[in-house]
Amino acid sequence: MTALLSIRDLTVTYRHDGREVAALNHVSLDVTAGERFAIIGESGSGKSTLALAIAGLLPGSSKVGGSIEWKLPNLRSPHAFAPPSVLPSLPKLGISPTRGEIGSSVAGTPPAALEFGESGNDSAISPQVGEMSGRTEGGATDRQPASLRDHTPLGGRDIGFVFQDPSASLDPVMAVGEQIAEVAHTHLGLTWSQSYAKAKALLERVRLPDPDAALRAYPHQLSGGQKQRVAIAAAIAAGPKLLIADEATSALDTIVQAEIVALIRQLVAEDGMTLLFVSHDIALAADLAERIAVFQHGELVEFGATAQIVASPRHAYTRALLDAHLGLDAEPLLRQAGALR
Amino acid sequence: MSSPLLAVSGLTKRYRRGGKTIAAVDDVSFHIEAGETLALAGPSGSGKSTVARLLLRLIEPDAGRIEFEGGDFLSLNDTALRARRARLQMVFQDPLAAFNPRASVARVLDDPLRIHSIAARSERPHRIAALLERVGLSADLAGRAIHEISGGQRQRIAIARAIATNPSLIVLDEAVSALDVSVRRQILQLLLDLQREERIAYLFISHDLGVISAIAHRVVILDAGRVAESGNARAVIGAPQSAIGKALVAAAPKLNRTSTQGAADRQ
Amino acid sequence: MSPLRRFLRTPEAVAGAIILVALFAMALTAPLFFPGDPQAIAGPALLPPFQDWSLPLGTDRLGRDVLAALLHGARTSLAVGLAAAAAALAFGAVVGTLAGFAGSLVDEVLMRITDAFQTVPSFLLALAFVSVVGPSLGVVVAAIALGAWTAPARVARAEVLSIRERDFVAGARVIGMHPLEIAFREVLPNALPPVLALSSVIVAAAILTEAALSFLGLGDPNRVTWGGMIAEGRAVLRTAPSLSIIPGVALVLTVLGVYLTGEGVVETAAVRRSLS
Repeated sequence: MTALLSIRDLTVTYRHDGREVAALNHVSLDVTAGERFAIIGESGSGKSTLALAIAGLLPGSSKVGGSIEWKLPNLRSPHAFAPPSVLPSLPKLGISPTRGEIGSSVAGTPPAALEFGESGNDSAISPQVGEMSGRTEGGATDRQPASLRDHTPLGGRDIGFVFQDPSASLDPVMAVGEQIAEVAHTHLGLTWSQSYAKAKALLERVRLPDPDAALRAYPHQLSGGQKQRVAIAAAIAAGPKLLIADEATSALDTIVQAEIVALIRQLVAEDGMTLLFVSHDIALAADLAERIAVFQHGELVEFGATAQIVASPRHAYTRALLDAHLGLDAEPLLRQAGALR
Repeated sequence: MSSPLLAVSGLTKRYRRGGKTIAAVDDVSFHIEAGETLALAGPSGSGKSTVARLLLRLIEPDAGRIEFEGGDFLSLNDTALRARRARLQMVFQDPLAAFNPRASVARVLDDPLRIHSIAARSERPHRIAALLERVGLSADLAGRAIHEISGGQRQRIAIARAIATNPSLIVLDEAVSALDVSVRRQILQLLLDLQREERIAYLFISHDLGVISAIAHRVVILDAGRVAESGNARAVIGAPQSAIGKALVAAAPKLNRTSTQGAADRQ
Repeated sequence: MSPLRRFLRTPEAVAGAIILVALFAMALTAPLFFPGDPQAIAGPALLPPFQDWSLPLGTDRLGRDVLAALLHGARTSLAVGLAAAAAALAFGAVVGTLAGFAGSLVDEVLMRITDAFQTVPSFLLALAFVSVVGPSLGVVVAAIALGAWTAPARVARAEVLSIRERDFVAGARVIGMHPLEIAFREVLPNALPPVLALSSVIVAAAILTEAALSFLGLGDPNRVTWGGMIAEGRAVLRTAPSLSIIPGVALVLTVLGVYLTGEGVVETAAVRRSLS
């Protein structure tokens, strides 16, 4: 198995009310190419911070230490993913986009770019993270009003990001077809008519009923589950290597949640994407992921194969999370409490 | 047998949208006995929250009857309704949105005591401290602002506010859905303790059958504003009859802690 | 960063605050430096400024001390401006809250009344009101407030319409709170920030309206006002232009100071809200 990225000693601190708060504390882990990987934790565990750090979407006010190193053994063939038409659309993006304030701290970057020669460079000059998933990253800007870190070592089009709230991540005044087509147009260098054809195909892939009508629909005309399908379509439009779903099903009811999880599972398998599934729900994650990393208060407390984590957790916190899960077969609290009747 | 604590019959609420009339709640009937937990389950858009708001008369129904504690709840005038509200309380999903953003914990708990003349002004600080301890919080929390405390603490405050007026029924609208799993379990335990000690009935609204099977006596499953099925919670969840019941059971995340799932499709 | 420090890092806000502090100092110290009647004769008529250091800004047509008048005029300008703006904001916020919270018929009636007031130019309204009731400080304040309360009312109503749908308002109803208490204790305080953001514009406009009324001779005749001084100086505009220019500059600086400070406060509050 080859690693897609390896994270070493990653530490992220935010400034809050003048105090420094550590969101992630010396985290090291590897994500294998093509695997389904889950990050589990409760609020304040740092799980979303890790997802944002991997995507290069941390707010500018955060301080980052350690490294995120990308290993790209089989980069896509240049003709498909780096057509000349992409280049003019890149606004004043330096060849060394990592020279921001975390430049020195992301130690792995320059070697990675050099090592992979042209292909590595290709990723270094790809569009800013701000364009990563076209309009869908509106959610990112909503969440991080401060300037976005536009220097992930990997090009934005190589990571698809699905946020928790699809209403916040879709542009309310742009037809969803255009939002998806824009990603294809920007990152794949397709003409607009090709991009729209691609958008329609994507809407079919995410199984939106009546894709022709959906192309012209605005986000407010869709249900929460349908909006999340659109957000997923936009996230995978540029054919990313890594799909990050940050609590992507938490705002949905259980039936829609199960549908979206099934959809993500299918898309990841069909496209050979690596999946990073961030969730507070260990049962949901266990159902989907092959490996699970459990976070608590910014620390990685346990990390292993799903079967091992679920069947024989080593850490007390993992056990507590598993015990707290209320499944249909769980012992009823009612009887434990000895309630009336 | 005496009449139930709450009896709802033929409850209907329609909305007009784009010239069409849509029934958000359509001829819904159920009852709740004193000290019992009835769960209201269903997917989003099934009308669960509308039922909650109708019961509390935050919105008025188009048709139907609500009998609460033996009286016609819908015919109460404004003054009588305000007094009656002491007995029928509600806890909201988002504990931050449910409180005035400027309020302190003390003020939030002082309001019901003052409005329903439950305690004299000088006595209220003691009552507030007692309420905080009742829901497992330190009395020192009274001086804090609502926005300073954690989500779990806020939901405990919401429960403290709800029990301040000594209600016989509390409507819990997705009251644990926004909480972390470990906190959720503590809050459920608190609700069960209160029920056992004070004989409070709950209408527990949730889309999560796992939580429902853990704490509810009976369940009513709604689909598109209508009752799809109802009955003993364990029995319905164990063998659902309606299509929506089956879909909800199938969709609930399951954690099989003995098998080696996930590995099966690892190749 | 504390709000105060953020405020102090905005140059225009600091400039505005300096002007306002100077103005308040003038207004507060006027009775100390010039304890007598500012309308009493203090020297020869039409003495130009910077000639006699006991009368630094000279005298007017009747030999009254211009500096004394300027300082006492600051009291009137500030008092009328602040009182009128406070009255307009308070009245507007209450009307807007009632309209937005009660809805239906109450909303309809109150908003049509607001429309009616908004269609009449506020200066004409003030002019008519003072002409009918007669000039005195209280009447001038009421006249100015009469034309200024509609904007706060509209802003408050719009804010209340969104706030009243929030869960905490439903929560207040559930515990049996009286609708009037909900409107004024729960909803109104949360609707205030955008209403208060209007205050700098309203204070500035009120000061200008007061000056214009005084200029037309409709101010309180027992008080020195900058508008009145400009009107007085108009008769000798060619021979003694300073008599009009000095209160005119004072007026411009005051309005500028109020406006810049207000903008600074709004900016500081906006930053704080986006941070939280």
